[in-house]
Amino acid sequence: MVDRKLRVMVAKPGLDGHDRGARVLSRCFRDAGFEVIYTGCHQTPEQIATSAIQEDVDLVGLSCLSGAHRYLFPRVVEILKEQGADDITVICGGIIPDQDFKGLYDAGLKAIFTPGTTLDSILDWIRNNVKPR
Amino acid sequence: MEKVKKIREGDVRTATRVIRNLEDNIPEAKTTIKHIFPYTGKAHVIGVTGSPGAGKSTLIDSIIASYREKGKTVGVLLVDPTSPFTGGAILGDRIRLQRHTEDPGVFVRSLATRGALGGLSKAVGDAIHVLDVMGKDVVIVETVGTGQQEVEIINHAHTVIVVLIPGMGDEIQAIKAGIMEIADIFIINKADREGTGKLYRDIMMMLDMAGFSKNDWRPPILRVESIFVPETFKEKVKEVSETIQRHYDYLLERGLLGNRVRRKTLHELNEALRACILEPILNRLVADGELERMADRCLKKETDPYSCAEEVAARCLKDPAA
Amino acid sequence: MYFAQELLDKSSEMRKKWEDEVRKTVSKWPDQRERWSTVSDLEIKRLYGPEDIKDMDFAKDIGYPGQFPYLRGNQVTGYRGKYWTFRMFSGMGSAKDTNERWHLLLKAGQTGLSTAFDFPTLMGYDTDSPKARGECGKCGVAIDTLEDFLVLVDGIPMDQITTSMTINPPATALWAMYCAAAQMKGVPLTKIGGTIQNDMLKEFIAQKTLMCPPEPSVKLISDTVEFGTKFVPRWNTISISGYHIREAGSTAVQELAFTIRDGVEYVDDVIKRKGLPVDEFAPRLSFFFNSHIDFFEEICKLRAARRLWAKLMRDRFGAKDPRSWWMRFHTQTAGCSLTAQQPYNNVVRTATEALAAVLGGTQSLHTNSLDEVWCLPSDHAVQIALRTQQLIAEETGAANTVDPLAGSYFVEALTNEMEEQAWDYIYKIDEMGGMVAAIEKGFPQLEISDAAYKFQQQIDSCEKIMIGVNKYVSEDKGEIPFLEIDDAVETQQIERLAAVRRKRDGKAVKKSLADLKAACKKGENVMPYCIEAVKSLASVQEICDVYRDVYGEYRDPGLY
Repeated sequence: MVDRKLRVMVAKPGLDGHDRGARVLSRCFRDAGFEVIYTGCHQTPEQIATSAIQEDVDLVGLSCLSGAHRYLFPRVVEILKEQGADDITVICGGIIPDQDFKGLYDAGLKAIFTPGTTLDSILDWIRNNVKPR
Repeated sequence: MEKVKKIREGDVRTATRVIRNLEDNIPEAKTTIKHIFPYTGKAHVIGVTGSPGAGKSTLIDSIIASYREKGKTVGVLLVDPTSPFTGGAILGDRIRLQRHTEDPGVFVRSLATRGALGGLSKAVGDAIHVLDVMGKDVVIVETVGTGQQEVEIINHAHTVIVVLIPGMGDEIQAIKAGIMEIADIFIINKADREGTGKLYRDIMMMLDMAGFSKNDWRPPILRVESIFVPETFKEKVKEVSETIQRHYDYLLERGLLGNRVRRKTLHELNEALRACILEPILNRLVADGELERMADRCLKKETDPYSCAEEVAARCLKDPAA
Repeated sequence: MYFAQELLDKSSEMRKKWEDEVRKTVSKWPDQRERWSTVSDLEIKRLYGPEDIKDMDFAKDIGYPGQFPYLRGNQVTGYRGKYWTFRMFSGMGSAKDTNERWHLLLKAGQTGLSTAFDFPTLMGYDTDSPKARGECGKCGVAIDTLEDFLVLVDGIPMDQITTSMTINPPATALWAMYCAAAQMKGVPLTKIGGTIQNDMLKEFIAQKTLMCPPEPSVKLISDTVEFGTKFVPRWNTISISGYHIREAGSTAVQELAFTIRDGVEYVDDVIKRKGLPVDEFAPRLSFFFNSHIDFFEEICKLRAARRLWAKLMRDRFGAKDPRSWWMRFHTQTAGCSLTAQQPYNNVVRTATEALAAVLGGTQSLHTNSLDEVWCLPSDHAVQIALRTQQLIAEETGAANTVDPLAGSYFVEALTNEMEEQAWDYIYKIDEMGGMVAAIEKGFPQLEISDAAYKFQQQIDSCEKIMIGVNKYVSEDKGEIPFLEIDDAVETQQIERLAAVRRKRDGKAVKKSLADLKAACKKGENVMPYCIEAVKSLASVQEICDVYRDVYGEYRDPGLY
């Protein structure tokens, strides 16, 4: 029987090791029935993009709390595009001030989740916006 | 066919997508496998198995590095369990191989077991074909779980490595559960720890009991000390790589590789027959609710499972014994 | 027995009557919730009474301040002689920016300094490393070489002010810079005081600032303990930290237990590896706890921590010097309790948490700023945070008497319960072969993950409340000004570093690093070589690369 599963990658770019959010989210995705590839901390944008392609994920969720998101997040999207994989949706979360939203959306991030977002609302967004390809 | 061409050229996106379609049971994927099948059979397939926390991924990481030094390309399949409660899975083994991610000579793909019996994802056998046809010189398959479930790896691998660590208490369990018979190479990982000597003696004793004759391949037991002493660790990994090669050479020289390939083919035939014959029938019985009705009748002792099966076979198959 | 039988009998009789009343009341006005529990989900009873602490032994379990088991504090006079140290964690942008902030805080009445480094420095990378892109100065101050460090401590009286440095894998390098800077200013090492966090076990467990594997990481820590004991006697060479364990989502009991078990691991290693008698170095071990939002749970955790440590040091390690029995600790209010929504509410949270830390007997305190969910604190926000603790000290009367909550049925019962649960964890980890072994098994990591996931689910289901997040949510975001770190800091810092590389004596750097490497290989104490290396203007990364080379590099195993 055909059983299309959503494959998602949870990744932490940069040097920040605060992975509480990433780990909680990985578990939440597993419990929602997704297959989750978790990259662990300290990944370069290059590693994340290449992994996403090799793993054929539908979605990449980036988490960064160090304030380096303005460089790191768009860079992941950019590399995916360079490698012809811009059909992979990239979303992000972390401490992201309002004034950075526009830059991130312009760079191709599809959703931004800030502190206080419930797990359910993230799942809802994914179910409404990401279909297994 | 465009896809076959792309896979043969080593195109990652096509290959990983075909694997995805295999996992998801998309019928088209089977067609792709039919088309690439003639090109299979070139890669050396290595299975790595052992209990969780035995350090398999870390070991694979170094084995990859040693193959890359020799200029060989490597494909890796990492199999992790699917949660039986939610159908989801966290596939975390890739983390330990991340330093190879940007090396175009290495392709790593994680798979979830999706509840397949035997602990191996049903798609693994075919995924190995895909990596093989991509032109990978070596395909490494990592599986988790303990005991019986790992045995299935032997159907797919030419060389099976069983990784054990001292002091976990479950190693003997694993040995009892049939791991012993499938290993071509034993690795005692973290062998600087207490209990290494005992584990070594236990394996030796069991190998002695197995009664290998002089010309047989008697599985060597390698001890790999802490990865955190870089110099000695490198030496140990070299020894592991050489032993893997020695085993492959042995299979080739003795004409035994054919046996392993035949075993995989028989296994695949088995699977394919099941998928082709049994599954459609089962699916329909489930969809119709007939399976449940049959169960009801069995419970009321109106009939029995054998009679039910014969009834279904008589209806669905022209001549089951033909 | 803590109470006379007569009192217990009387209490039991009165309790029955009260319970009857409760049943009646509840049938008319049911409780708002079925189950009441702490933020860590420790169940709390409706009422505590004499029977809950009847088995306590006053002399053994409670006692007096300055006396074993130090439940009531290390200091005989509590805060009367001296308040806790007002120590605000700060660092941002360049060394110059941070130096300016330090002078501002000292002028505002801060009594100790505390340094936040940026991520490249924390991880042992230089600003010009490709791995450091986009991170420079963002979460703290960027330090590459001694040149930067000298700017950082410019005008700071190093013989008078104590400085804490939150630095872990590269702790030897940064401490060496502090020592070298002091020597260059003519302050002898015996006169400098402060703390390096230097606690790698909690990094593996929680914060993931990783460099070398656990074994050699502990070895480097023992080197600093030995060096401090012999040459820098006023320095706390380790701050055994529960803070980050808690921020990673642990319960209060897990924070307590894992931190103390980490401490045991370090003490064990110094005794075994360095052969130092426990009483020679134990008095300089310091701790660092989180003060979360659950007021009483935090107070009890801190009280239990002191008693636990005292027992361990006396009974397990046979320490004779009472100062070895003391658990001295710094506290920081909980970053993870703050909300991005309605940020001004954070002032109230921080004040409550700070009060809990004070009632728990902390010796040093950092109060978070209201904007810290979003960014590094602005001048204005950090001043409110500092004033919060000054206000608790000077206005509230909380410091009037020592350990004012002692003897409370609830507080003593909860303190006992938390201590017992912590012992269970400690014994379990002992059975696993110690903390390094437990970490390799992923035990503490997974316990914390479980707790973090459970808490998030409780928030999502409104079983636990965070105001502004899942209750009393308002559209008004309460806009606050953000402190922005200019991306230009990075280019400037890279230029500074390039200039240092040009001007320094390349041969001297090479030699000092080779000496350090040889010392690592021989298992010698690295500190003297580290000091020489920083003096030759070797960079943080160059020193750390020596460690990575000799000891191997440890990557996050990604347990979830």
